[in-house]
Amino acid sequence: MTAAPFISVRDLAKHYVSRGTRLNILEGISFDIAKGEVVGLVGESGSGKTTIGRSVLRLVEPSSGSVQFDGTELTKLSSSQMRRTRPRMQYIFQDPFASLSPRMTIGEILTEGLNIQSIGTRKERVDRARAALEQVDLPADAINRYAHEFSGGQRQRIGIARALTLAPEFIVADEPVSALDVSIQAQVINLLRDLQQRLGLTMLFISHDLAVVEYICDRVIVLYLGRIMEIAPSADLYARPQHPYTRALLSAIPSPDPDAPRNRQILKGDIPSPANPPSGCVFRTRCPNALEACGGAVPQLREVGPGHFKACIRDDLN
Amino acid sequence: MNAPFEPILDIRGLRTIFRTRGGEITAVNGLDLTVAAGETVALVGESGSGKSVTSLSVMRLLTRNVGAIAAGSIRFRSKDGSVRDLVALDEQQMRKIRGDDIGMIFQEPMSSLNPVFTIGDQISEPIRIHRNASRKPAMDAAIALLEQVGIPDARRRAGQYPHELSGGMRQRATIAMALACDPVLLIADEPTTALDVTIQAQILDLLLTLQRERGMGVLFVTHNLGVVAEIAHRVAVMYAGRIVEEGPVAEVFRNPRHPYTLGLLASMPRLGEATRLKHAGQKLAAIPGVMPSLANMPDGCAFSPRCRFAINACRVAVPGLAAVDPAHQSRCIRWQEVGQ
Repeated sequence: MTAAPFISVRDLAKHYVSRGTRLNILEGISFDIAKGEVVGLVGESGSGKTTIGRSVLRLVEPSSGSVQFDGTELTKLSSSQMRRTRPRMQYIFQDPFASLSPRMTIGEILTEGLNIQSIGTRKERVDRARAALEQVDLPADAINRYAHEFSGGQRQRIGIARALTLAPEFIVADEPVSALDVSIQAQVINLLRDLQQRLGLTMLFISHDLAVVEYICDRVIVLYLGRIMEIAPSADLYARPQHPYTRALLSAIPSPDPDAPRNRQILKGDIPSPANPPSGCVFRTRCPNALEACGGAVPQLREVGPGHFKACIRDDLN
Repeated sequence: MNAPFEPILDIRGLRTIFRTRGGEITAVNGLDLTVAAGETVALVGESGSGKSVTSLSVMRLLTRNVGAIAAGSIRFRSKDGSVRDLVALDEQQMRKIRGDDIGMIFQEPMSSLNPVFTIGDQISEPIRIHRNASRKPAMDAAIALLEQVGIPDARRRAGQYPHELSGGMRQRATIAMALACDPVLLIADEPTTALDVTIQAQILDLLLTLQRERGMGVLFVTHNLGVVAEIAHRVAVMYAGRIVEEGPVAEVFRNPRHPYTLGLLASMPRLGEATRLKHAGQKLAAIPGVMPSLANMPDGCAFSPRCRFAINACRVAVPGLAAVDPAHQSRCIRWQEVGQ
């Protein structure tokens, strides 16, 4: 773990201009991912989690900041250099219905990346596709069928298989189980964890569901309105959340346990617009613990425990 | 008028079918369910279980020529105390009931709001139609409703269009619209599914408060067991068109007696639990396989192909509902062993 991080993101920012208004989607995002580590990115709609995932793979161009992948600065690569790097990094999409072409067979979907990268002979490509299907527990005859013949859970397995055919080292999984029913979700979560461990994958796991993230991630980053609020090892984050936003987020999750204490803390209001974020701490307008000082400087991440960082000026909350 | 224990909604033997190219399929099969005044009943299940089709059947909003109620009765007690079978009513009579005696909210607030009318116009519309109110008092009532559902600066918001409101605010507005005529029954179909978790918490809290204040019955359709535990008194778990378990929420979740309910509860990742599982090297308890297609149902119990309790007898006939206790029923011939 003391070696250079596998993924290193520094001061990543993304702005859009919409009808003359500047939208600050991401601001000052910095984090590392070690080789073989699974880092969770959690937050609500508009928190910027998908934009981070896409920026890290340069599927969107960051406005500023640096993204290092195994020592290479990705933001400086030409498009042909980038294309050569792409097989090492793959993306798994949320919607298993929208992300698979209805007009291609599963075999064509699984070998498309290999064709583009000119990897192997035709036979080798098909062999790789077969192996990927086996890895995600789908029958080999799936290769000649079409996406519509499969259920949501099976399609998500196909999406995972597609990411695996190129033998990537790093995967960004963007809400990979959010569209699935509970009983199917558990199957796919177990599969992802198995594959990650078996193949030693490094993963950035994006989700709005904190319970899913706890199960699959080693460390968790909590986002709010394009800023990092808290970073901590999973076990520590759930046992000892430090940032008021993380606490509110955890307490908002309805528990199916009828004996669980119902001391829910309900946040008032909505997430502010990225066109007009609050000064200082962006969470202060909804924070139950906000002070006047919170409107001043933007709070920086501070280490409050081993590997546990929070961006909050208050130390007196417990 | 409000005789104790007399349900406002009493569904008996409901069978709803869909006509597809492959023939007729049964989406809801022999469903019995009641909702009493002041009671929230959750209908929970996964995609294709028939929970939304049940709520659409009650509202008589099935698309004609596609879906239809093939059998059963839906007895409903209106505000005036009269009891009628909704299945026998024509569209004109149903229009009088919808929005007046029965309020409805759906998953996507944008699909129930008209983008070209202001929020105030849309909330006052049912008051003008059902109460014959004129424009000004109806608008005042709409503004009062917006305040009740927690929309700040209600007068200004009433003059705005749906796109000017956030998702949470829009859902509050559709709740105001559903409650405009003081319905005795509110049907809420996945009303918090499209919302972020902190906004979901706000909306659930609002629905709990409104229900307590108004004493209306609520039929709450959801796939989220956590939401059920927060909001409902009773729960009916659906699988492949049938209720497989029903009872008081605390009782069913503490002591599930159908293997499907047991499996659903176990497959949900829970906060705090995952760290323990991870350290123990254990997996989430997923239910193997997928729900059968309604067009191709297995013999006997529809859950049997995925069930670890299944024996040969399960594949012979569809089990009836067995009484675990007077309030708690399970559609499983092995319910006594399931609980152990």
